[in-house]
Amino acid sequence: MPQSDASQPLLRARGVRKIFPGTIALDGVDFSLQAGEVHALLGENGAGKSTLIKCLTGAYRRDDGDILLEGASIDPKGTLDAQAYGIGTVYQEVNLLPNLSVAENLSLGHQPTRFGMISGRRMNADAREVLAQYGLDIDVTRNLDSYSVAVQQVIAIARAVTLSGKVLILDEPTASLDSHEVKMLFDVVRSLKQRGLGIVFISHFLDQIFEISDRLTVLRNGQLVGTEVTAEIDRVKLINMMLGRELEQEVRSHGKHHAAAGEPRLSFTGFGRKGSIEPFDLSIHAGEVVGVAGLLGSGRTETAEVLFGVAQHDSGEARQDGTVLSLTNSRQAISAGFGFCPEDRKTDGVIADLTVRENIALALQAGIGWMRRIPDREQKAMANDYIRKLDIRTPDAEKPVGLLSGGNQQKVMLARWLVTNPSFLILDEPTRGIDVGAHAEIIRLIEELCAQGMSLLVISSELDELVAYSHRVIVVRDRQHVAELAGYEITTDNMVRAIAAPEREAVH
Amino acid sequence: MNARLLPLLATLVIFLVAYAICYAQYPAMLSTRVIGNLLTDNAFLGIVAVGMTFVIISGGIDLSVGSVIAFSGVFIAVMLRDTGLHPVVVFALLLTLTTLFGAAMGGVIHFLEMPPFIVTLAGMFLARGMAYVLSIDSVPITHEFYEVLQRSYWLMPGKGRLTLIGGMMLIVFIAGIMLAHRTRFGTNVYAVGGGVQTARLMGVPVGRTTVGIYALSGFLAGLAGIVFSIYTSAGYSLATVGVELDAIAAVVIGGTLLTGGSGFVAGTLIGVLIMGLIQTYIIFDGTLSSWWTKILIGMLLFAFIVLQKGLVWTTGKRRMAGG
Amino acid sequence: MTGLKLFSRRILPQLVTLAVVVGLISIMFPGFFEISIANGRLYGSPIDILNRGAPVALLAIGMTLVIATGGIDLSVGAVMAICGAMAAWGITEGYGLGLTLLMALAAGLACGLWNGLLVAVLGIQPIVATLILMVAGRGIAQLITEGAILTFNHEGLIFFGSGSLFTIPTPIIIAIVTGALVTLIVRRSALGMLIEAIGINLRASTLAGVNTRVLLIAVYMASGLCAALAGVIAAADIRGADANNAGLWLELDAILAVVIGGTSLLGGRFSLIASLIGALIIQAVNTGILLSGFPPEFNLIIKAGIILIILVLQSPTIRTMVIFLSPAPVSQADTEKQAVNQ
Repeated sequence: MPQSDASQPLLRARGVRKIFPGTIALDGVDFSLQAGEVHALLGENGAGKSTLIKCLTGAYRRDDGDILLEGASIDPKGTLDAQAYGIGTVYQEVNLLPNLSVAENLSLGHQPTRFGMISGRRMNADAREVLAQYGLDIDVTRNLDSYSVAVQQVIAIARAVTLSGKVLILDEPTASLDSHEVKMLFDVVRSLKQRGLGIVFISHFLDQIFEISDRLTVLRNGQLVGTEVTAEIDRVKLINMMLGRELEQEVRSHGKHHAAAGEPRLSFTGFGRKGSIEPFDLSIHAGEVVGVAGLLGSGRTETAEVLFGVAQHDSGEARQDGTVLSLTNSRQAISAGFGFCPEDRKTDGVIADLTVRENIALALQAGIGWMRRIPDREQKAMANDYIRKLDIRTPDAEKPVGLLSGGNQQKVMLARWLVTNPSFLILDEPTRGIDVGAHAEIIRLIEELCAQGMSLLVISSELDELVAYSHRVIVVRDRQHVAELAGYEITTDNMVRAIAAPEREAVH
Repeated sequence: MNARLLPLLATLVIFLVAYAICYAQYPAMLSTRVIGNLLTDNAFLGIVAVGMTFVIISGGIDLSVGSVIAFSGVFIAVMLRDTGLHPVVVFALLLTLTTLFGAAMGGVIHFLEMPPFIVTLAGMFLARGMAYVLSIDSVPITHEFYEVLQRSYWLMPGKGRLTLIGGMMLIVFIAGIMLAHRTRFGTNVYAVGGGVQTARLMGVPVGRTTVGIYALSGFLAGLAGIVFSIYTSAGYSLATVGVELDAIAAVVIGGTLLTGGSGFVAGTLIGVLIMGLIQTYIIFDGTLSSWWTKILIGMLLFAFIVLQKGLVWTTGKRRMAGG
Repeated sequence: MTGLKLFSRRILPQLVTLAVVVGLISIMFPGFFEISIANGRLYGSPIDILNRGAPVALLAIGMTLVIATGGIDLSVGAVMAICGAMAAWGITEGYGLGLTLLMALAAGLACGLWNGLLVAVLGIQPIVATLILMVAGRGIAQLITEGAILTFNHEGLIFFGSGSLFTIPTPIIIAIVTGALVTLIVRRSALGMLIEAIGINLRASTLAGVNTRVLLIAVYMASGLCAALAGVIAAADIRGADANNAGLWLELDAILAVVIGGTSLLGGRFSLIASLIGALIIQAVNTGILLSGFPPEFNLIIKAGIILIILVLQSPTIRTMVIFLSPAPVSQADTEKQAVNQ
């Protein structure tokens, strides 16, 4: 074991704070990394993982707190600066240039030159030598994008280590790798650990965390939940740390009992799409809320996208009140009475420069067609109606929606679909990144809509929430629907267990 | 095989097939005389297309080059007419001017974060306007040094003449290939075209590279202007209208991706030669009308753009399937 | 009322610029506003500006819609040449005025359809897709005219270029009617909002059920149709189709008019009226230079200057600097605070 001076961590963050308009992204987080350690960083989307990384590497200016490298305070000004200090980062989307050769990618910025000309032979020889340390024997003159993502990741790591050499941050490096490739990557990580590097490893695959990490730190909603030694913690406890109940909050302990009587409103059989979600069966009744629980990347968003026709399903069929329904694109889904509030409001949801009124009217208008414009007066009445009903905080309906806070944007999205009077509404993480008040209102709204007879499918990583409003909960893991809980079975504990259960174990 | 070589290969095949067709009908097309003329007639286009290749590989576009060529011709002609400066001095002055002009456009593109299209559009208007201001009429160049330049050529076997300007174009292409593949600047150009954000993260000096690219394009447009003035013995502010389009077409037909990041300077040479060949064929034929040149070039453009789109699509799909 | 106020605020910068340009011209050339009637047609510098500005104004109408979707149409100049050639050919072949016009407009629509298909279906970048027709278009026009300048003497067709209706030159009427009609269609139907939605966020619009593909094709067809009208006017004006010079570089003027009109090249919010005023500003500058005795050569330099000023004004860098310097920035943080405090 190379240098294990426990008294002084290699890299240490103390009370790091980062505030974005409307949200506290990091609230005084502590983090420490030893040399020769793999330290996993966990948390759902918006928990603050990437914000912490960006503060460590100087990509974001932190609002408060210290960063110490080998005991000395540092203040990197950006990724390049951090690299000069010895902190290298490799992201999920390989941050190399696909159109350059492997050797060029490795040497970019410090190519060996002779008389001002790049010496291609030396550049390639150097590259081969470097990659040999990682067990890679490939043609370095070929373009980067002619290799698999796994090889690209190793090349990215090689570049980062060559240029920095103390701390290596791996941000979801395994997200798109198969098990064989993950093994190859882990061999590389282990050998770097042997060389005494400190490695920060971000992943949402629990198996991988347990396999590779020495310690782990869990973040949630910008706050530190805790740091544990990996060998001393089990899956259930870990998932509880990530998703589990916040103790101070008093909520119902189990889901609603619901006698789903009669024929379902919608039924999907063998519905799926190769590479994104395995075929699943799902039926939803009128006035029913079906929750979807699962970790990030488990296939929960993919379920929603296949149902709404964003990604076309390639197996199975859908029936509405018994008759077959064609769902090859979103417009068909909408005309069947579906609505969809996507997870990423900024890129997939609101039209930032359009007004609140126009955003609310958009889906209804698109459904009616461009010829029959909804009269201004009606649009205004509609918008004002929902501004009042959903308590959207905006000076008036003519404000560009991009200027509103996250929670209010989410309400505008909801209003957009509610005016179309949908029979089935899909909500993907409707409460993420919004303040506490709006949070409670959206939960109340879900229950109201359900009471009015609407069918809802709600994806959430807040398990308490799912317990509060779901009649049934589908658990998704590894791109499969693995369990379905109903009524009194719906508890956070049951959900955590179903999410945690390794492949072979049967669920409930 | 590397998929990115495919457009280059396609260009080469098209050129060879086209030449074979021409040769089958008019055996004289293979003579060094025709080849010499092909090089001479397209010298200015070739030179400016080298600069355009760098610009397009970096993900940009330069609409100003046609106007800069015209301005260069008028500038040289007027300077030689009105001052006693030696042409070489005038050339040096001109190249400094056009290089600075390009650098300024690059600066505006980088520092004001504006699209190259609209910035170089302003450059196009400005250069053409300056040419008009210098002289509206065609100004003949009668300097004896020009006669020397025009008369110097290398007699190839078969009595074909490799003129000075034809040779100049070949030298520029060789220099361009070296610059693209053997210097850090060249790699940086590809890096910027591959993704500005990533390039910046990897430490590429994006600003300096962008300014350098447009400065290079300006320099080569100036050089093309000199070559064009030798070719025509005159400076005319209405000359070379639309040459930027021909240059862009030559670059794309040469297998460079219009969206940036991929391409070869050598491919551009073949692209220029294909365009020249079409013109030569139409002249040889005599019955075909000249407008077929434009239509054929348009069709080639379409074919290459669709080919590239298909390549990007299939490689994207393959990577998705692999992941 | 608020709508009207917003509207006038939107086009105020363009109106002021136009007023300043016209004001400067009238100072340098006092006889500027003199308008006379001869042979049942108005004459005078202001009429001249409107008349000569008509083709660019027409192009700017279609271009505004295309740019609002985040695209660009480089081919409109070449499409003008094609449609002008089509009109000249039709009339000299004796197809009659009605059929000839129909053929010319259909040619424009077909060109637009081609561009639209490349952009919306094949997913090719607009600037690349429309470049193809920009390069090949003049060749096609020459193919129609067989290389010659195809002249005609058909009074009916000539009327579109140099005729007049109620003393107003026909091109002005066509431009105004087209502008009014398109504005009416776009703003009275939901087209305007849907086009803006596409330009601001294509993916979110698709997810909201907007038929983005059809709309994209439609705007390029509209642009082709506007170019066809401009092409017929240009041909009728010179009583012949000049495949080489008809509409040469007018695509750039049209883009400039849209940019002066304040529509972002990145797409989104647009104003047709502002683009039309932009076209007038360009023509007023042209005419002004001509009138005030400056050599016309300065025209291009001034245009370059205008672009540079707009670039600086629209630059994201400059904007952030201005927002940074302004005392009371309205940021998301403030709205958030307000919302929380309420």
